[in-house]
Amino acid sequence: MTSQHAAFNGIRSDFPLLAADPGLVYLDSAATSQKPRAVLDAVRHYYETANANPHRGAYKLSGAATDAYHGARSEVARFLGAADVDSLLFTRGTTEAINLLATGWGVPHIHRGDRIVVTRLEHHANFVPWQQLARAVGAEFRICELTRDGHVDLDQLRLLVTANTKLVAFGHVSNALGTMNDVREIVKIAHAIGAVAFCDGAQAAPHLRVAFDDLGVDAYSFSGHKMLGPMGIGGVIVRRRVLETMHPYQFGGDMIEFVFDGDSTWNVSPHKFEAGTPNVEGAVGLAAAVRYLESLGMDAVRAHEKSLTQYAMAQLVGVEGLHVYGPASADERSGVVSFTLGDIHPHDLSTMLDVDGVCVRAGHHCAQPLMRALHQSATVRASFYVYNTPADVDALVASLRKAKARFHGALETSDVLAG
Amino acid sequence: MSSPADQSAGLAALYQERILEHYRRPRHKGALDRATGSHGEKNPLCGDDVAVAVRVEGGRVDAACYTGTGCSIMQATASMLMDLVHGRTAEEVEVLARRFDEMLASGESDASLGELGALAGVAAFPARHKCARLPWKALSGALEQSRGR
Repeated sequence: MTSQHAAFNGIRSDFPLLAADPGLVYLDSAATSQKPRAVLDAVRHYYETANANPHRGAYKLSGAATDAYHGARSEVARFLGAADVDSLLFTRGTTEAINLLATGWGVPHIHRGDRIVVTRLEHHANFVPWQQLARAVGAEFRICELTRDGHVDLDQLRLLVTANTKLVAFGHVSNALGTMNDVREIVKIAHAIGAVAFCDGAQAAPHLRVAFDDLGVDAYSFSGHKMLGPMGIGGVIVRRRVLETMHPYQFGGDMIEFVFDGDSTWNVSPHKFEAGTPNVEGAVGLAAAVRYLESLGMDAVRAHEKSLTQYAMAQLVGVEGLHVYGPASADERSGVVSFTLGDIHPHDLSTMLDVDGVCVRAGHHCAQPLMRALHQSATVRASFYVYNTPADVDALVASLRKAKARFHGALETSDVLAG
Repeated sequence: MSSPADQSAGLAALYQERILEHYRRPRHKGALDRATGSHGEKNPLCGDDVAVAVRVEGGRVDAACYTGTGCSIMQATASMLMDLVHGRTAEEVEVLARRFDEMLASGESDASLGELGALAGVAAFPARHKCARLPWKALSGALEQSRGR
């Protein structure tokens, strides 16, 4: 393979879970990534040296926790190319980020007769909150369909985004097909009629260089656990002029300014949108994750994954009966390959691969509207990240060939009948 | 199951030819004339989808058919189950359902379950237990509806 892989040689040893099990072929990073030691150490270091409730105490330790939390915010904002640090709101992840937008921005801005446009590629997290908001207020909810090779049909999008459209919500990268969307073009279409453009970056921030300030989107969400960080931390960056028009999402401690008997006033951003004791360990762990990614370099990360994806696609088409969904070229997809293999049900396939230590996702990938359009109830999805190698692809392909032989009776099984 | 050899044997038990044969050429798959009860079950997590129709006459299952899509474990269970319940009362089916659950817990094949004894291998794959249980749930619902008529 190419020299791109050489730069990533040996980084598996940075990941304790992978290092402990050399036979494990982890190909489900689109669901969640493994964690480097640097992230685990950072979380531990925080609890051992700086743990207190941030923003609360006048004592020095509380100040240390506050600094750790906001230091992490600055690092993550820098990583995602957002100069306005306090426009980055921490949440539990992308799902909460989008629910925050649907409640905090959607409820005050979307009214009866308005239109919300999403795409056929969306994860349920960027579909259901908008669908339900539209139902609640009597707005139109429209879905932009895909071209045959799994791209958002931009010609249809131009027709769907009418004068009454208030929001265009779309993923940067599809979790099910790996399609990379043309963010700038979609933003241009949304902004042409003054609609807000929201981009779900859950599958992009871990894999691509993201420059929020250059993308032009009004809001951009991400999940820490998919980008080497801990579970339970993620967030959304919201353009200041949109942020200033948003209502609080949850009420409670930290988000208030004054609480009177009959009414209350709100703290400034980001606190206004972060009620309660924040997830400091998560933020600190995520900051360590982005430092780790920066040390690899996001352009190198993309090159590594693109090269792996190219190799995987070439190997997979050699397996008879295997059908790959989504864009044909690795230039147009991230490190996600969704496929089916003949008449073998994806769940049977994933059980058979699991026995060889190959972890893949089988199912609808939280994208039922997309699966209906593909006329599939489920597919198998292999997804790659920094610690994967061509040898992982080889193990996948070998296991697929074995599964196919077993399923079609070429393997002798009569000696181990249970019945 | 821990060693690779054990796991491979487990896989061979799970995907033995008898199960794959029912998956490829299911029996009693299709619509049922003069059904007295029917019920569908879905597993939204994996998309498995099965509906069972029964015709009960004189308190016994005269015929049972299923329709649906899903993995080999679900399909083979449904296909074998339609055979097994022929001529049984609802109470007898309940007893068999309990025995099937016990088999999934123990991994010990149960001769009283007929061909379904071949599914003992599913016991070693807890993530797949729900696949084997889905047709039983649909059957139970169909018998319930039949009883209510």
